[in-house]
Amino acid sequence: MMARTNWLGEFLKHSVLLAGAIVVLLPFYLMLSYSLKSPAEIESNTGGFVGSQEIMTDRRCIKAGKPAEECDMRPIVYNYTAAFSEAPLVRYMLNGVFVTVSIFVIQVLVALPCAYALSKLKFWGRDVVFGLVIFCLLIPVHAIALPLYIMLAKVGLTNTYAALIIPWTISVFGIFLMRQFFMTVPDDLIDAARMDGMSEFAIVWRVMLPTAIPALLAFGIFSVVAHWNDYYWPRVVITGNRDLMTPPLGLRMFKSDLDGNEYGPMMAATTVIVLPLVIIFLLAQRRFIEGITMTGMK
Amino acid sequence: MAGIVLRQVTKTYGTLRVLNGIDLDIADGEYLTLVGPSGCGKSTTLRIIAGLESQTTGDVEIDGRVVNEVRPSRRDLAMVFQSYALYPHLTVRQNLVTPLQLRDMNFWQRIPLLGYLAPGRRAKMSKIEDDVRKAAETLKIEPLLHRKPGQLSGGQRQRVALGRAMVRNPAAFLMDEPLSNLDAALRVHMRAELSELHRELGATFVYVTHDQAEALTMSDRMAVMMDGDILQLGPPDEVYEDPRDIRVAEFIGSPKMNILPGRGDSAGRITALGVAVEEALAVPSEGPLSVGFRPEHLHIQPADNGACFSGRLTYKENLGSDVFLHLAVEGIEGKAVIRAKPHEADFADVGEDVWFTGEVGMARVFGADGKRVALAEPQLMRKTS
Repeated sequence: MMARTNWLGEFLKHSVLLAGAIVVLLPFYLMLSYSLKSPAEIESNTGGFVGSQEIMTDRRCIKAGKPAEECDMRPIVYNYTAAFSEAPLVRYMLNGVFVTVSIFVIQVLVALPCAYALSKLKFWGRDVVFGLVIFCLLIPVHAIALPLYIMLAKVGLTNTYAALIIPWTISVFGIFLMRQFFMTVPDDLIDAARMDGMSEFAIVWRVMLPTAIPALLAFGIFSVVAHWNDYYWPRVVITGNRDLMTPPLGLRMFKSDLDGNEYGPMMAATTVIVLPLVIIFLLAQRRFIEGITMTGMK
Repeated sequence: MAGIVLRQVTKTYGTLRVLNGIDLDIADGEYLTLVGPSGCGKSTTLRIIAGLESQTTGDVEIDGRVVNEVRPSRRDLAMVFQSYALYPHLTVRQNLVTPLQLRDMNFWQRIPLLGYLAPGRRAKMSKIEDDVRKAAETLKIEPLLHRKPGQLSGGQRQRVALGRAMVRNPAAFLMDEPLSNLDAALRVHMRAELSELHRELGATFVYVTHDQAEALTMSDRMAVMMDGDILQLGPPDEVYEDPRDIRVAEFIGSPKMNILPGRGDSAGRITALGVAVEEALAVPSEGPLSVGFRPEHLHIQPADNGACFSGRLTYKENLGSDVFLHLAVEGIEGKAVIRAKPHEADFADVGEDVWFTGEVGMARVFGADGKRVALAEPQLMRKTS
C-alpha cells in the first residue's frame, strides 16, 4: 500500500520536474541544433538535430568574388566561422571577461569591509545603514538607469569600460549576503585576531575572507552570470564604439538583414557565448547549489 | 610575567551598569579565578583587562604601566576563548605561527612570497619555528601540527588554543571559560593539566568561569562576582569556609548551602525554623536572620532529641561514597540537602519524616541585608551547652 502511493508520488514529482526541464532545455536544444544546420534546413525545419551536413555554398563568399571551391563548406563549419568572422566575437568575449571580472573584484573589495562593519563593528547608526542596504535591494536597476546614464554622460564616461563597470561596483546584494554570512562567524575569532595584533583591515582580508570563501563563490556566481548575460546596461552606455561591446550586445550583429536570416551563425555565436557559463556551472555545480541554499544557512 | 591591577573600573552600556567600580590586585604568577553566574560582569572584566573593551572609568595597570589607551595586541597578554577561536583556514602550525609573525615581523617580512626576500626574515622565522616546536612539545600536540582545526576533537582544539597563547610567552594568560565546551570527563582532566601548566610556566593566569568547582579546584585566589561587584576575594578555602555574603555562600559549594530562615533576639540567641541553634550573636540584636549550613554540616538523627529540625525525605541521591538526602522542610523554599555516609542514612526511607541537626560551630549566619553576622566564640557556647 505504502509502496504504491510512493510510486505515484514519485511519478508525479518526476513528471513535473521533467516538464520543467524540457521547458528550460528546449531553447538550448534549438540553439545548439540551429548552430549545426544549414540555412535551408533551419528554414524548412528538417534534418533532425545535426542536419545532413551536406556541402553548402556561402553566398556572401561568392559575392565577395572568391573562387567557388573556397566558398563550399559544411554548414557546421560555415556557422562557426561566420560567427567569428562576421563580428569580432573574440574581442567581445574578452570584453565580457574583463568587465565581469573587474566588476566582481571591485564588488568584493567594497562588500567585504562593508559587511564586516555592518556585522561586527558597533557604531552609531549601524542599524540605519543596514536598513538602507536592505532598502537598496528593493530598487530595480531599470529605475535608476536614466539618471545613471545622464551622470556618466556628464562626466564623459559613456562608451568606456568605466561606464560598464562603475555602476555595478557597489553591490548591495553582495553586502547583504556577506553580512549575513559574517553574522555566523563567532566574535571570539575576531577578538583572537585583535589579540594577535591584526588591524581591522587585516582581519577582513586575512580572517574573514578565507572563512567566507563559500559565500564569496556563491556571490561570484550570481554576479558573473548577471553581468556576463547583461544586455540592458551595455546597450544603454555603449552607443557607438563597437570595440567595447560585450557578448550579448555582439549578438545584435547577427540580426536579420537584407541577405536573409543568419540564424546559423547567430546561434553558433550564442553557443560560444553561453559555453563559458555552462562550463563554470558544471565545474562549480556543488558550490552553486550550496550558495543558493546559503542565505538560509546555519 | 607581570601583575595586573584594576582600580575602580566601571563599565556602563547606555544606562545599563555592568561593573560598579572593580578593584582587583592580581599578583605576578598568581592563578586568579573570576567566578559568578552569567551576566555578573566577569567576562566584561576580563575583556577590559585584555583591551577588547574599554572601561567607562577607572584604570587598568599591567606590570605597573597604565594601559588604558594601549591596544590589545600591545598589552602583551594572551587570551584563550571558550570557542577556542582558532583560524579555521589555517593548519595548527600556522595558527601557532601567526601571532608570532604579527608580533615579531615587520610589514615587509610578512608579505606572502615577497616577504622571503626581506632581510632578517630567515632568522626570525627559525626562532618562531623553535618557539612553536617547544610549545607543541609541552602540550603534546606535535602530531597535530599539519591538521586544520576542523579535523581536531574538542580536547585537541583546546590544547591548540592553549598553545597559541603559550607561544607568545605573554605577561599573563586570560582565559574565558576555556573548559565549558568539553565533556565532563575531559573537563576534570584539563583542570589538572591547566593547574600543572600554571605551575610549569609560573605565569599570571586570570581565569573566568561560571563553574564554582573549577574556581575551587584550580585557583590561588578566587573573586566571586555578582551584579557587577566583587563580593569576596580570597583563597578558595577561605571563600568556602568563610563566605562574607549570603550570595557567595549559596553560589560556592555543590550542593549549595542550606539557608534556614531564623531570628535573633536581644540576648543574642539564635533560632532557625523555630529551633534554638547552639550559637550566639556577638552583637545581640533582634530581627530576622538567615542561618546557613553546608550539606556536610547537617546530620540526620534517628530520633528527635528536642533540638532537631524535621522534614520529609523526598529523594535519596546515592553517589556511592556519599548519599545526598533531599528533604522537604516547612519554611524553606526548595529542598534542604544533607550529605551523609550511606550507612548513616540506612534507616531513613523516602517518604518518611526524618530529624536532623546542624553541626555545632558550623552555622553561617547572615543578616537581613545578606551580609555575614559575627557570632560569639563557639568555644564559649559549647561550654555553656
